[in-house]
Amino acid sequence: MSFILGLLTLVLLYIVIVQISKANELIKTLQSDGKEDEDSYGNSALYLSVLGFVTIIVSIASCFYYAPTLLPTPASEQGEWINNLMIVTLVLTSIVFVITQFALFWFVYRYHYRKDRKAYFYAHNNKLEILWTTIPAAVLTILIVFGIQKWFKIFSPAPKEAIQIEVTGKQYTWMVRYAGRDNTLGKRDFSLVKSDNELGIDWNDKKSHDDFVPDEIVLPVNKPISINIGALDVIHNFFLPHFRLMMSAVPGVPTHLWFRPTITTEEMRKKLNNPKFDYFVACNKLCGSGHYNMQKKVRVVTQEEFDKWFREQKSYYRWIVQPAIEDGSFKLATPASELKQSLHHNTAATHSSTEEKK
Amino acid sequence: MQTSTSIESHVDEHAQHQAHGGGHHHTETFISKYIFSLDHKTIGKQFLTLGMLWAIVGGGLSVLFRVQLGWPDETFPILERIFSSWFTDGKLNPEAYYSLVTMHGTIMVFFVLTASLSGTFANLLVPLQIGARDMASPLMNALSFWFFVAASIVMFSSLFLSSGAASAGWTIYPPLSALPQASPGSGDGMTFWLIAVVLFVVSTLLGGLNYVSTILNMRTKGMTMFKLPLTVWAILFTAIVGILSFPVLVSCVVLLIFDRGLGTSFYLSNIVIGGKALPFAGGSPILFQHLFWFLGHPEVYIVILPAMGIVSEVLAVQSRKPIFGYQAMIFSLLGITVLSFLVWAHHMFLSGMNPFLGSLFTLFTLLIAIPSAIKVFNWITTLWRGNIRINTPTLFCIGFVSLFISGGLTGIWLGNSTIDIQLHDTYFVVAHFHIVMGVAAFFGMFAGIYHWFPRMYGRMMNETLGFIHFTITFIGAYVIFWPMHFLGMAGVPRRYYTFNEFEAFAQYDDLNKVISIAAIVVFLAQFIFLINYVWSIFKGKKATQNPWKANTLEWDAPMGNLHGNWPGELPEVHRWPYDYSKFADSETDFIPQTVPLTEAEKNEKH
Repeated sequence: MSFILGLLTLVLLYIVIVQISKANELIKTLQSDGKEDEDSYGNSALYLSVLGFVTIIVSIASCFYYAPTLLPTPASEQGEWINNLMIVTLVLTSIVFVITQFALFWFVYRYHYRKDRKAYFYAHNNKLEILWTTIPAAVLTILIVFGIQKWFKIFSPAPKEAIQIEVTGKQYTWMVRYAGRDNTLGKRDFSLVKSDNELGIDWNDKKSHDDFVPDEIVLPVNKPISINIGALDVIHNFFLPHFRLMMSAVPGVPTHLWFRPTITTEEMRKKLNNPKFDYFVACNKLCGSGHYNMQKKVRVVTQEEFDKWFREQKSYYRWIVQPAIEDGSFKLATPASELKQSLHHNTAATHSSTEEKK
Repeated sequence: MQTSTSIESHVDEHAQHQAHGGGHHHTETFISKYIFSLDHKTIGKQFLTLGMLWAIVGGGLSVLFRVQLGWPDETFPILERIFSSWFTDGKLNPEAYYSLVTMHGTIMVFFVLTASLSGTFANLLVPLQIGARDMASPLMNALSFWFFVAASIVMFSSLFLSSGAASAGWTIYPPLSALPQASPGSGDGMTFWLIAVVLFVVSTLLGGLNYVSTILNMRTKGMTMFKLPLTVWAILFTAIVGILSFPVLVSCVVLLIFDRGLGTSFYLSNIVIGGKALPFAGGSPILFQHLFWFLGHPEVYIVILPAMGIVSEVLAVQSRKPIFGYQAMIFSLLGITVLSFLVWAHHMFLSGMNPFLGSLFTLFTLLIAIPSAIKVFNWITTLWRGNIRINTPTLFCIGFVSLFISGGLTGIWLGNSTIDIQLHDTYFVVAHFHIVMGVAAFFGMFAGIYHWFPRMYGRMMNETLGFIHFTITFIGAYVIFWPMHFLGMAGVPRRYYTFNEFEAFAQYDDLNKVISIAAIVVFLAQFIFLINYVWSIFKGKKATQNPWKANTLEWDAPMGNLHGNWPGELPEVHRWPYDYSKFADSETDFIPQTVPLTEAEKNEKH
């Protein structure tokens, strides 16, 4: 019922608008005896001009109003470079925005139609056109040079001492693997993925034996972190908004990112006056119906806290796989052998982190 | 649709044919005249009509998902009653949400802003403005429309599939779009989508080839290339971009069809889904993105170039002033056309492609700002010291320029690969492209419709309704899309069904409500335009032969639906189309292209 009433009101509203508009046109025609009405152009010009100025001024004001809600200070060295370039771009584009928008809406009022004058026949002016080709070109050159310079810096090879981490996306969760004490990730292959080996780690590779798979991403502050990114099923995107970093996770195509976090979670909480604040990963490439809730907590801690946490982590192989192999419930597989063999599932499946079951 | 005017023209059409003994026309029935017409003016109207229907569908879908984003915790039993398969317990399903988002994008980009914008104005204006009787191939022209209809039927019916319409985003990145296990919309919905797009490309190519050959070969006597109005130039470049890029989309889509149905691995490799490893090996999802964006980026210029042409022409006419820098306008169109093929990978900075490529594509992308800037400055200078008639076409032109500036400047942010690391695929991108190629292109289209309505139907549209339509749409566009910049800079990703799962994103609850309300109001305001359009066809004020006092040839041809456009000889062109207010002492402020040059003019260098 309320729906029908609403619909009727709407129809009525349209009818009223149309009737008023028809009447208005009629009045205009009568007043001007069918000739061009220059007063109405004056009024219309004033109207458009005011509409334009108000829209632009409110738009600019809203930027100041919403500025405090935007992302806080970048929490990584790389993020700061990006932020600085963004501020330079913001300043330059704002200048152009203000000048052009105000000129546009000022001219429509200033030069609106009047019967007694004629427009100025001004077809071209080479000097002017060269001027507004070269000035944008010069400004853009600055942005391009700074942009490319930082881009190469961000995608330079990670420092050797960087902590190796692997992140794997799958509908709709992120799985993390740390390289362990040898700081080298063991091999893996998609054909080895089973419910008791969700990442498809090749246990024949000894380097995998000290790898561990925690529930959250924990990073030491001020240390380079090298992240190897991949995906099992569809494309995901590893997005760390507070660090201003992002990289696609593509099945079959390994990608990579490195950065240096600069603010610990604790420091950020104090800064934002929000004791519940946490860094997080969000998925930023449409990956299916659960795309909007594919997150992972990130904790940035001091070196001491990190070392303590690191020591507490148990190697997945030593903790789960090795005992299972010994009691015969788990058979080692290689990518090649996988084609023929099927795995027995049991004990090891118990570990699979609860979060991934969601 | 155009009964009253066309009855008269029908009459003089027959008189005409007898006059020049043309027996090439037989008795016309309703069907041959309005449905399977070969006349370019009628085909233009057909494109416009179907485009309007699509715009209502595309806009309506966006209202549905904006309701979800504005009020994620509330239930809407009424909507459930109407769209029962998309709602559960009064709430939109996530699967349906992603289908709606996908279909909204596809419909708006392809069916409205490509097919309808180009189709309407290329058909209506090209033969009339170059002084030709029709397109080079009227039959191909009609086929172009009917392939568009076929594509429309397939795409529209996919909305009613039980497994849902395609839901991988309008960019349909595989593996998501290739694997029905990954998303229900990647089953039949995606199959329909792919078929519809192939049909659509056939339509675009038939149209585009026709526009190019018509413009190059069928110009009337004296109509050299540099006497063409900017609308024709814009359509020429648009058609060229389409001809060169759409075939790549077909190859991209066909390979995806192979991967989906024939077990090939062009785009797929190393995939585990539902705990099972799939046998695909050696393909690359990034290859798909390269092929897709090789069309996908030029596509945005296919959308915006015709709007630029329309605005250049209408602004000059309504300011009673030549367009400033006619040649600069043409060369900037050319510059955009060439560069549009060199920037596609700026959509892929963070796709996993070699980062070295990112630097090249940053360079070319930011270069596009130069021809764009030239155009903006030239439009503004055209207004300077003009004698501007502030009517509905002008309003939409000014709105276009304002939006093009707002949306274009954020392109400088996103085109820079380094800044893109933060903003890629966030709401900032949604704001950018909706303003610069969505709303702006719509504004160009509206300016064109209001301006050439008298040419189409022999009547004027209601100005007051036009002002109301403009006011709501202009303010609404800023209210909807401007705040999305803030969301994006706060890290809110696009294509999220709800923002409540992240505390940091949930803070914009109120803002999202405001955006949704504005979106609904703007959608409803478009019906004011539709009412005005339909009402004016039958009851609008009668138009005079040249109501805007314009120079171009379409106002020289007699009004009405005369087949062949000019009753006798084709007109001869003597001057460029922008001689407005040329002589301070003459009584009129315009000189049509058909007026011979005076002795004094012949001596001056042009």
